[in-house]
Amino acid sequence: MIKSTRFLNIETMKDMKLPAALLLAMLALPPVAKSADIVGVITLKGTPPAEKEITPIKEDANCGALYKAAPTTHFYVVGSKGELADVVVSLKGVTGKSTGASAPPVVLDQKGCLYAPQILAIQTGQKLIVKNSDPCVHNVHATPTVPGNPESNQVQMAGGADLDYQFAQPEMFLRFKCDVHPWMFAWVSVIDSPYYCISGPDGKFVIKNVPPGKYTVAAAHRKLGPQTQDVEVKDGEATVNFTFEVK
Amino acid sequence: MNAEAPIKTNPWLCGFAGLTAFATFLLLGLGGLVTSHEAGMSVPDWPTSYGYNMFALPIKLWSGGAFFEHTHRLLASAVGLMTTVLTVWLWLKDPRSWMRWLGVAAFLGVVAQGVLGGLRVTMHMDSLGIYHGTIAQLFFALTCALVLFTSRFWAGLVANRQIRRVPSGLRTLVLVTTLLILGQLILGATMRHQHAGLAIPDFPLAYGSWWPDTSPDAVAGYNARRAEINGENPITAFQIGLQMAHRGMALAIFILVAACAWQMWRRLGGRDSLTKLAGGWLALILAQVALGAATIWYNKAADVATAHVLVGALALTLGALWCIIAFRRSEPLTETQSLGAFGVQPVMAANK
Repeated sequence: MIKSTRFLNIETMKDMKLPAALLLAMLALPPVAKSADIVGVITLKGTPPAEKEITPIKEDANCGALYKAAPTTHFYVVGSKGELADVVVSLKGVTGKSTGASAPPVVLDQKGCLYAPQILAIQTGQKLIVKNSDPCVHNVHATPTVPGNPESNQVQMAGGADLDYQFAQPEMFLRFKCDVHPWMFAWVSVIDSPYYCISGPDGKFVIKNVPPGKYTVAAAHRKLGPQTQDVEVKDGEATVNFTFEVK
Repeated sequence: MNAEAPIKTNPWLCGFAGLTAFATFLLLGLGGLVTSHEAGMSVPDWPTSYGYNMFALPIKLWSGGAFFEHTHRLLASAVGLMTTVLTVWLWLKDPRSWMRWLGVAAFLGVVAQGVLGGLRVTMHMDSLGIYHGTIAQLFFALTCALVLFTSRFWAGLVANRQIRRVPSGLRTLVLVTTLLILGQLILGATMRHQHAGLAIPDFPLAYGSWWPDTSPDAVAGYNARRAEINGENPITAFQIGLQMAHRGMALAIFILVAACAWQMWRRLGGRDSLTKLAGGWLALILAQVALGAATIWYNKAADVATAHVLVGALALTLGALWCIIAFRRSEPLTETQSLGAFGVQPVMAANK
């Protein structure tokens, strides 16, 4: 009894006023929506053209030694059920949100006289490190088309120092190439926000931690072009699927 | 050009001019291979190569596309040196003032070519590649003209031992045809420096039709279905239009060159050197058409595409030389020349 009285004395009640008031206010307000993921699957309809054997690789004295058989191109990476990989998915019109300056660097490697990966995405201001893991010289030739992203061309010896790049302007499929080995290409999409991803071999994509709101999701394949769809992130995960078609 | 006293030819000078022209032809071929192999930017620095003095680049680094680009630079240096020697030689030894200045023009041309080639690399400017390729063809024609002007054949022409004047209509026809060939070469250089591969993958049709669909949807479809190894730029309606213009011009040039050869046969006769030259010209154009078709059928194979460039250069040069000889033969005769160098009355052509 004494405990309960002590528990209910005036001083204690004064201490409880503010937290109680806050609790009541929170209960009265509508629930705050949380950031959520935008997920989906990308599929391909129709039959893509056959990939081509990169025969010049075998004809090159340095690169040919790295292969028993010539590798093929990878224009269309398609699963057994039409799942389409290498599609860059981002939020259209969401700009000025880049966290690239503080994001960890992304690595683009030259291995087997091919770029790996061939399709990648970074944020504006994010560091891109280009490595040469090959036993031969390459030149790393970035050929942006958007003003503000400068073209550059640098030699990179076998075992040479890494080359660093940063791009200030958003650009889709900015091409990196090697002119010593003209079959070598990588396509780097520069996005002005952290809300992007690339679809995997299963065609699935996940754009993480998107704040609530209405968005236009843009999906772009290098050969098939872009598509858009509207979506709203409200309560939990939002889903949007894309179907590309080769005619 | 006015009539002149008989020229004393120097076979050594003519031979050296011929060597320079031949080296220039090889340089054209190497340059063609650079573009055909998409290797124009494989050595990012100039005038050094990968930071080395150009003449000291280790051979182990002459690999891939850099082999073509580097050897192109080395041969360009040799042609530059040979042209300089030729210019000085002409300046010191040739009595004809216009010929001395033509040598200076050749020197300036080769210097301009070297600078253009270097700037194309250091400034990342594809458009400079178009000028570089076009001026290369004109420079080759100039070196061949220098061979002509230092030759005994030309000296004989000047002495007016050659008797038949060339009708002005025929001269104009050949001049116009030669200028069309130059226009065609510029078109070709523009096409090659789009770096978009084959804008139209079939011949004689274009995407299965006589005239291709260039609507945005159609072009998007072409790009979607294209499987290009060298990762070329996507093709555009403009590039398809360029190739169709190139095909149309090729047809026009073939018809005109055939017309020129026919007219020469009729007006000058089969034994005339100009008629024989025209026959060679027609053979070149036929070869060029075949090479153009082969370039498409073999998916722009580097050796085929480069041969197409070289034969184009020869066609331009042959037309230019024909014009020079024809205009020289058509200059009015002086009283002395009308009696001939040995007092023999020459036979005058009836036509003008």
